[in-house]
Formats: sequence, structure tokens, C-alpha cells
Amino acid sequence: GGGAAGSVAEDGGPPAPQRVLFPPTFSVSEIKNKQRRHFMFLRWKQQQRKEKLAAKKKRRKEREALGDKAPPKAIPKTIENQRVYDETTVDLNDEEVAFDEATDEFAPYFNRQTVPKILITTSDRPRGRTVRFCEQLSTVIPNSHVYYRRGLALKRIIPQCIARDFTDLLVINEDRKIPNGLVLSHLPDGPTAHFRMSSVRLRKEIKRKGKEPTEHVPEIILNNFTTRLGHSVGRMFASLFPHDPQFIGRQVATFHNQRDYIFFRFHRYIFKSEKKVGIQELGPRFTLKLRSLQKGTFDSKFGEYEWIHKRREMDTSRRKFHL
Amino acid sequence: SSQVVWDVLGNKQFCSYKITTKTQNFCRNEYNLTGLCNRSSCPLANSQYATIREEKGRCYLYMKVIERAAFPRRLWERVLLSKNYEKALEEIDENLIYWPRFIRHKCKQRFTKITQYLIRIRKLTLKRQRKLVPLRRKIERREKRREEKALIAAQLDNAIEKELLERLKQDTYGDIYNFPIHAFDKALQQQDAESESESDAEKEEEDDEDMDKREFVEADDSELSDFEDMDKLETSSEEEQEEEEEVEKKASRSKSKGKTPLKGPARRKRPYIEIEYEEETEPSTKTKAA
Repeated sequence: GGGAAGSVAEDGGPPAPQRVLFPPTFSVSEIKNKQRRHFMFLRWKQQQRKEKLAAKKKRRKEREALGDKAPPKAIPKTIENQRVYDETTVDLNDEEVAFDEATDEFAPYFNRQTVPKILITTSDRPRGRTVRFCEQLSTVIPNSHVYYRRGLALKRIIPQCIARDFTDLLVINEDRKIPNGLVLSHLPDGPTAHFRMSSVRLRKEIKRKGKEPTEHVPEIILNNFTTRLGHSVGRMFASLFPHDPQFIGRQVATFHNQRDYIFFRFHRYIFKSEKKVGIQELGPRFTLKLRSLQKGTFDSKFGEYEWIHKRREMDTSRRKFHL
Repeated sequence: SSQVVWDVLGNKQFCSYKITTKTQNFCRNEYNLTGLCNRSSCPLANSQYATIREEKGRCYLYMKVIERAAFPRRLWERVLLSKNYEKALEEIDENLIYWPRFIRHKCKQRFTKITQYLIRIRKLTLKRQRKLVPLRRKIERREKRREEKALIAAQLDNAIEKELLERLKQDTYGDIYNFPIHAFDKALQQQDAESESESDAEKEEEDDEDMDKREFVEADDSELSDFEDMDKLETSSEEEQEEEEEVEKKASRSKSKGKTPLKGPARRKRPYIEIEYEEETEPSTKTKAA
């Protein structure tokens, strides 16, 4: 190929090279033959890798050479590091938040005025897997009762529940024989959260599991609920369990929020020593993703929604999370 | 000529409305009375034919006679049937008077079936319907992938273990686990590191307690943490401290001290020290290092 492109007719006289001419490069993607193109691409890739390795070695040598004066190691970027700052993040000492929490619907629970009593039910005609999941869930959550829903409308059973002193209603929605949704409604007029549930594992599907969960009240761990929304969801989960865990039981229920996915696990722990604890997973596990949070009890048509997950607006950035 | 039509379409050659299965032939023609492919049920092969069809919840009787065979546009005559079941049956009878028995009978049967399923539709719409929401494949895949990555990033086991150890350190478990010395030293170190200007009284007190422990006295451990925040147990350290305190739960927990089925291997032996008193008499016991 000619390398003299561009310097012709600059002056009209002898072509004085006023610009630097680069040698003709070729890009791998312009080769028409697929096999050859593939081959050239692999070769290019290998070259890149070699260069990267060499650069790394050089950096390491420099680092060792400098010894103590070396600049600190660069922190790798993770999604959690790069998370877009959410202005509703809760400070630990925020008074407004504290005040809100003292007066919201969970205040009676946290003041120990109410004892949680949970009603677990499913959508119509539950299949075996869902039924078993409900049973296992009721062993995990103390003071919970499973009732079959035989075609009853939620709006009608809610007043009945309130009359019988239930504090929370948990509806597990099923689709194609697997549970895929969860509606958690705090009863006397409390918020309703609708989750999408995925990766449900029943007890028998968990490897290396322990014995059945006992009747002791488990402890609770709530991780990573940072924003206001996350805070209220966390309190909602906390209000499912009785306030006073029984440490003899050595059971712990964990709700861990990571990138808007809430992972639920149920473990039995034992302290082998000061610094070591062993945990053994019992009980079902599942992950939840919040879809909507409604202010009143479950009412899909006229309810007042505090937060709905709108895919188009909220899923635009990969570094933005809401919980 | 209907016989000719049947000979051609029915059994021998191709009919586009015919569906064959192993045991039976079906007819897909929308004017077919029974749905099967028979000589008497084929609307193409019978010049005199009638059907019942429903549109938007109302039933109509369609009739085809040989006189209109030349006018395809006017071929099928349509009669609206009344909503009343018996009256509609009478209307069918009077419209199909002098028609073959087979067609009359099948028409009435079809009409009955149609009204029954219309009733069922109306009943079902009153009950709660399952709302079918279409899944979007791309989104489902994306969510699944993100969930997997989040799971890996979460490192759940580590997080839970860390949290439990934190709680142990913060002495939320109180009396149950007997690793007091270490935690105590740690607490000491912490205090040293944080504020050296703290009151000496406190320090001395702690030293005393330390000594106490080493003297093999049944320490009460109630000076250490208190069940300050039961609420700490349910909220992670990131949530703010609850103002409420709970004190009466201590009783139940110290009761639980009795049951320690698995604390055998976890139980630490206290270092056994005997204090040697300098006296005239030779001490008979040896001291062991701490």
C-alpha cells in the first residue's frame, strides 16, 4: 500500500513532508478471510497479554525497589465502591430518621408492645413445592401459622386477620409450580411490600445441612440496608421475628442486601473459639427483590404506593441501587 | 353435486379444513356443526346446512340453502336467537322446521353447549382472575445474571461469621460463652488505644477484675456489657442505636447458662494459678505460670 497519502499537492512543488507519515497499519477486523482473521486476532490477544504481564512485572519490581516509600496499592474498583451515591442514605445519627422510626408503624413492635404473629398463605391452588416451602418457612419464623387459601380474596381475609390479632400477613405467590413472589403486609394498617422471589431452595436441596430448626427464637442479621427505603424494609423484616432471641438456640436468620437483592439464609452457629465461628445452614433459602412498597395494607388498585420499581427509569444505571 | 364435492374433498383428495389424527378426522371450518369431518357434518359437502355460532355473548343461527348456492355473499343467513334458553330452542325449531333431524338435533346440542360455556365465563369473571404478566426474556436473563453476581459479591458466609463475631465481641451474648479473658484483653487494648486519658479509677478497676479472674473467682461478668441493646441484635451495626434498653432479659439468659450441651470443646480452661505467700515456712505448693 502507498504510504505517501496526504502529502501530495501541498505545495505544488516537490512533496515536502510537513506531516509525519505513519506506516500503513492494518486492523485485524479488516481481513476478509475468517480463518486468517481469527488467527491474527488470537495472535494480537496473546501479544496484549504479554504486554500486560510485562507491565505488571515492571510495576512490581518498582514497588519492591521503592520498599517503604512505595505508593499504596490501588484499590480495585468494585460495583459497591462505584455505587452512585443515594441521597436517601441513612446516617447513623440522623435525628429525623430516628424520629420517623419512633413514630412509624413498627414503633409498637420495637417498643415491645406487640408480639408478632404471622399468617402464611399462598395463592390459589398451591402445588407441592410451594406447600412444603410454606411449612418450612413456618418452622423458621416462630409464632407463625399456615393457612390454605381456598379462593378467598385478600381484601376479605385482612379484616379477619386483624380481628384475630395477627400482626403480619405473608402471601407466597406461585407460578408454574414454583414460588416466585412474596407479599409481606404488616397488618394493622402497615406497609405492604411486594417482592419477587427467586432461587428457592428447600431444606432437602441444601447440601450439608443440619437438623431441623428448633423452636427457639432465632437471632436476626440485617446487612447493608442503607437507604431510607432499605431501612424501612429492614424494619419490616425485623418485625417478623419476636424481639428477644434465645441464644441457646444458636440460630440466626440473615437478610443480606447486596445490589438490591436480599438474600435470606438460616443458619446454626457455634463459636469454636474467640475468633472462629462455624455456621451450618439449615432451613430454606431464597432471594428477594423488592418490587413495590405500599403504604397501607394490600390493595392493588387504590393503594398508595410509596415506591414502585419502574424499570425504565430505575434500571438505567448499573451502579445505582435503591435499597 | 354435494356428493361430488364430498367425493373429491372428503375422503380422497385434499381438504384444507381437514385435520387428521390417529383415530379421527376433524374439520376446522368455522361453520361446521360438530367439528368432525363427516359426510353429514361438512358444510361444503351439504347444500342445506345450519350452524350455531356465538358472537360477543349472543348466539346466532346460520343457515345455508341450495337456492343461494350461486351467491356466496348471501349464502349464510343469520338469525339472532333470544337470550332466553327455551325461547331460543323454539326459535331454532321454527327456523329449521322440515330440516333433517340430524341438523336440528346437532344445532340444539351445540346451542346448549355454547350457552353453558358463556354462563361459565360470566361466573369466572366475577371471581378473582389470575393476572398473567408476560415475562420478558431479556430482562429475566439479566436479573438472573445480576443475582448470581450479587451472590458472589455478597460472600454471605463471611459476612455472617463476621457479624456473629462482632456480636460476640460486643458481648451481646453475655454469659453464655466463656471466652471472657480474651475479650477482656481486647477491651482493655481498645480502651488503651482510644483514650489514654480515661479515668484511672476505671483502669484500676479493670485491672482488679483481671486479677480477680486470674484468682479463679467466679466472676459475675455483669460489669461487662449489659444487655444494653437487645435491639442491636436485630439491626445491623449500620442501623442507628435504638434508644430502648432491655434489662429484664438478663434473668432469662442467665438461667440458660445451665444448658451447655455443646460447650464442652469450646470451653476454655482457666489458667490455674496458685499464689505463693512468702512465709517462714516452706511453701509446699509450686506456682504455675499464668
